[in-house]
Amino acid sequence: MIHFALKRLGVAVLVALTVSILSFSMVYLSGDPALALAGEGASEQDIENVRRVYGFERPIVVQYGDWLVRALQGNLGHSNYLKADVASVVFERLPTTMLLGACALAFALILSIPLGVVAAIRPNSMIDRFALTVAMIGQAMPSFWFALTLMLWFGLNWRLLPISGTASWQHFVMPSIALGYYVTPAVMRLTRAGMLEVLSSDYIRTARAKGLRPMTVLFKHALRNAIIPVVSLSAVQFGFMLGGSIVIETIFAINGLGFLVWESILRADVPMMQAIVLVLSIIYILLTFLADLLNGFLDPRIRVS
Amino acid sequence: MTERILEVENLTIDIPVPSGILHAVQDISIHVDRGETLCIVGESGCGKSLTSLAIMDLLPKKAIRQAARLELADESIFGISERRMSDIRGNRMSMIFQEPMTSLNPAYTIGDQLTEALRRHRKVSRGEAKDRAVFLLEKVGITAAASRLGQYPHQLSGGLRQRVMIAMALMCGPDLIIADEPTTALDVTIQAQILHLLAELQREFNMGLILITHDLGVVARIADRIAVMYAGQIVETGSAAQIFTEPLHPYTRGLLDCIPIPGKTQRGAHLGAIPGIVPSLVGQMPGCHFASRCPLVDDHCLAGAVPLFDHRDTNRSIRCLRADNEDTQKISQEGVA
Repeated sequence: MIHFALKRLGVAVLVALTVSILSFSMVYLSGDPALALAGEGASEQDIENVRRVYGFERPIVVQYGDWLVRALQGNLGHSNYLKADVASVVFERLPTTMLLGACALAFALILSIPLGVVAAIRPNSMIDRFALTVAMIGQAMPSFWFALTLMLWFGLNWRLLPISGTASWQHFVMPSIALGYYVTPAVMRLTRAGMLEVLSSDYIRTARAKGLRPMTVLFKHALRNAIIPVVSLSAVQFGFMLGGSIVIETIFAINGLGFLVWESILRADVPMMQAIVLVLSIIYILLTFLADLLNGFLDPRIRVS
Repeated sequence: MTERILEVENLTIDIPVPSGILHAVQDISIHVDRGETLCIVGESGCGKSLTSLAIMDLLPKKAIRQAARLELADESIFGISERRMSDIRGNRMSMIFQEPMTSLNPAYTIGDQLTEALRRHRKVSRGEAKDRAVFLLEKVGITAAASRLGQYPHQLSGGLRQRVMIAMALMCGPDLIIADEPTTALDVTIQAQILHLLAELQREFNMGLILITHDLGVVARIADRIAVMYAGQIVETGSAAQIFTEPLHPYTRGLLDCIPIPGKTQRGAHLGAIPGIVPSLVGQMPGCHFASRCPLVDDHCLAGAVPLFDHRDTNRSIRCLRADNEDTQKISQEGVA
């Protein structure tokens, strides 16, 4: 298990380095950063000054090394627009986004795993069709439109839930559903397919031949094996949701990273965007790593070689 | 007076398929006494595995099972609730499957999978269940049994896994064990060991054993009685001695011709083969099922369904209109050879 974990950790570090190179390169995506910083109508001399102050004249490898060392120390740069330290702004907003992501994932799993299991027990039944319909709608419906529809009914027409802000837990209900519903189809389909496969396997027949109760067969013997790929998928989907929260947070005016990214794009606040991309990517990598570990824990064939 | 463990009368299994109804098993009647080994022999697809699953009530959902009688130790187990049936499975009768590589759950330890069967059916503590598991693992010839309990199936070889499956089947001390081709997936060297083990345990624990196989070599060694199946029907039953010394049904003879007998089959001689293929079991089949491949076939054989006749020898029956006629026997012996 330790060998397995170290190997995965190695891969994670390599991916993180790659991501850091990419997010560092973002500064140069829109051309000469000194030109952008100096603003319109700046003289040749001004641009040269900016270049010197920010160290843009040095070789790019040196700049990256310098940036990486500072990033590792927690210094992600300075936002010219907010006149603030990027890292402190990002980490102030991060918990809100993580909370939203966690609630959305919880909603998605609570809805999709039982639906997937029931659909697999009774394939082609009414419940199976219902589940497939739910999945199809989820996949076909843009999340922003779903979010607006939720707002319209639950927020405006029925006045059941608040439609913007983060003041209470009620504020998180609609955003979580809007964000999580998007993930539901994939998880449900995978659970259903996994359960269908496992339920027809030889060891399930063995479990029944032992006279085990149907519930034991279903949950202890079948779901345990069918859930393994769902764990990996959930980690990946959680990452997607962090990205997807850009739209949802903007719609529901939730002060998280997604909202911040959107604001930063509008303000051309490159260090901020750079930092958020880096932080989200690292979280994503960490999640994948955790999912691998959890998989190793669930599947003894990985854990015990 | 021997104790009857299993009584099956007129078991029929139909499976709806897109092209009609597959009559997989037709009117099978078998019985097993305590301490007796019944071998069900036949080629792939003859319905022998379905028969065993039907006794355990583990058939696929779409299969339709009918029977005039299905009794375990004089108690009917046909048409009882799934709940009551699950009390019997793994407890009073258990099953050993063909594929040891996939028949154990990869996510749980050997110890867990062994003890759960006992703890499901008996009020025993975790420790007692463990002791029983270790005892049985030793019985099935696994060394360092106690340390095996913590191992996972993927850490064991096929032969060891099949031994674990046997131990699992024995956990509750069943009256009847059904072994469905338990050695087919194993190396030849291990096959003999496993069979020997099964026969030994059967004697020691005085259980009924149904062994399902297509390997007549296996049958010769451990069977008390034999039921030969062909295309969903029993074509011949009798004691092992009767069937091996004087096979009556042309199919049984064909099967026996397929295996070489040391000292009897001449070196370099051609082994027999049964020409043709097994007929489709979809829809009604008029006449004898073996007719299309039989060397003795005549018009009567095709006229109508052939019943299972009692033979003049006791405890012996045969489904053939021509086999028990001295003339045809002579013809067949010359013709088939």
